[in-house]
Amino acid sequence: MITKISIDRRNIWGRVVSQGYLWLLLVVLYAPILLIIIFSFTKSKVLGNWTGFTLGLYENLFTGYDLSDQVRVDPNLYRALIYTMVIAFSAALVATLLGTIAAVGIFNLKQRYRKGVMFLNSIPMINPDIITGISLFLLFVFLGISRGLVTVIIAHVIFCTPYVVLSVMPRLTKMNPNIYEAALDLGATPVKAFNKVLIPELWPGMISGFILSLTLSIDDFGVTFFTKGSNGLETLSTFIYSDARKGGLTPELRPLFSLIFLTILVLLIISNLRTSKQIKK
Amino acid sequence: MTIKLIQNRKNWVWPYVAILCFFVILPLVLIGIYAFTNQQGEFTIQNFVQFFQKSEAVNTFIYSVTIAVITTLICIVLGYPAAYFMAMQSFRTPAVMSMLFILPMWINFLLRTLATVELFHMFNLPLGEGALLFGMCYDFLPFMIYPIYNTLQKIDVSLLEASQDLGANRWETFIKVIVPLSLPGVYSGIIMVFMPTVSTFAISELLTQNKITLFGSLIQRSFGEGGITMWNYGAALSLIMLIIIGLTSFFGNDDNEDINRQA
Repeated sequence: MITKISIDRRNIWGRVVSQGYLWLLLVVLYAPILLIIIFSFTKSKVLGNWTGFTLGLYENLFTGYDLSDQVRVDPNLYRALIYTMVIAFSAALVATLLGTIAAVGIFNLKQRYRKGVMFLNSIPMINPDIITGISLFLLFVFLGISRGLVTVIIAHVIFCTPYVVLSVMPRLTKMNPNIYEAALDLGATPVKAFNKVLIPELWPGMISGFILSLTLSIDDFGVTFFTKGSNGLETLSTFIYSDARKGGLTPELRPLFSLIFLTILVLLIISNLRTSKQIKK
Repeated sequence: MTIKLIQNRKNWVWPYVAILCFFVILPLVLIGIYAFTNQQGEFTIQNFVQFFQKSEAVNTFIYSVTIAVITTLICIVLGYPAAYFMAMQSFRTPAVMSMLFILPMWINFLLRTLATVELFHMFNLPLGEGALLFGMCYDFLPFMIYPIYNTLQKIDVSLLEASQDLGANRWETFIKVIVPLSLPGVYSGIIMVFMPTVSTFAISELLTQNKITLFGSLIQRSFGEGGITMWNYGAALSLIMLIIIGLTSFFGNDDNEDINRQA
């Protein structure tokens, strides 16, 4: 009996310590984000200066106009938001297609070649973004291509595709290789067999690769910085950077990122609930 | 003919290989070429000589590596227990916990860094080395927790039971069974934290308000404000960074596949 109690007591302490530690880390991790969210409800120019509760910044963000100060919200913010989305979605789309096709190819290679290609595939992932950025910058200068939207999308495709390859590969290993052959034997063209057989089998891997690419692209700063050129193309990352260097962030960034954060939170909770329901079933 | 080529599915890899060669390998070669030439395109090692002669540049380099090493160590010390506690928890909570640890990464990291700066202002803390280390750990800690958590989670419980059956106490089991089995995760974590911290350039500027220059910023400046005259020098610096990155990835070479699987 005594041993059991002592074990229990130890467990409780262990649980308190471990839970406490994790929550403490989370509090520190979330403190800056909470700060952004809290100060999205006040109208001060600087973060950290509370001037009373108001939804003014949200209003400004949606109307693009600050009624009380009679000034427009920096139009570059909206342009940056749109560019970020355009770049992320086109890069993720191209990366997903390219990565899926490449993964099928890699899967069918002989072991020796497969290793070589996988090594090649890992280079963009290992390269720090400053190196990826500078090397592509030199390439575009070398080729005489003027930098802009297209070069940024190309750069994003390059660093996203390896992750798509890696998320599609496990689906291929699980798949029965004969299904595709069967489709061909039954008279399907390779394109048709690809659409009707491979894509449905690989779909979950493609989706997670696509989402991962979106995330990487939206969060990227280093590569975009070197490939965007100087024609005024900005993504949210580079916009924030130049904004911060000019001194003083555009206040409307606070409500914008609070909303982005809440959207992601809701999406994650929904997907979490769905998977836990599936587990219960 | 073309249909035959397409039907052989291994040929599907070649467009991607071509793209990688053109947009990854060739640009890296270009860095090498720029590093070993001057503005006229003649071969020279002057760019490297220039780097080693400038004590400021060399010091910045050593300082950046030191900061990256310290950041990595702090991340191990803070991240290992977190990963361990998460892995040892009951069945349902780890999913929620691990989700909570990734969620902040969805907020743009520059904005998070700036908010950290504000936190330091609010508590009247100076923006210097402390802020730099805090910000770096803050940004990269999840990259340490994840790989360790993944390897810990995969450890076969029967191994732990066997260790206890054979008379080891909990501490001995931890040191002799759990830690060695989780080392691959620690290696991947080290790579995933060290590489971005040693090459970072924007975070340091924002966190220290330009008081501290890191090697990454040095490279960035040679390509930004310096104009075309500094490109060759910048390429030489990039090549030095590439060597560091190469060495680090060799250090964890056995675990590359592990990283791949996690990603």
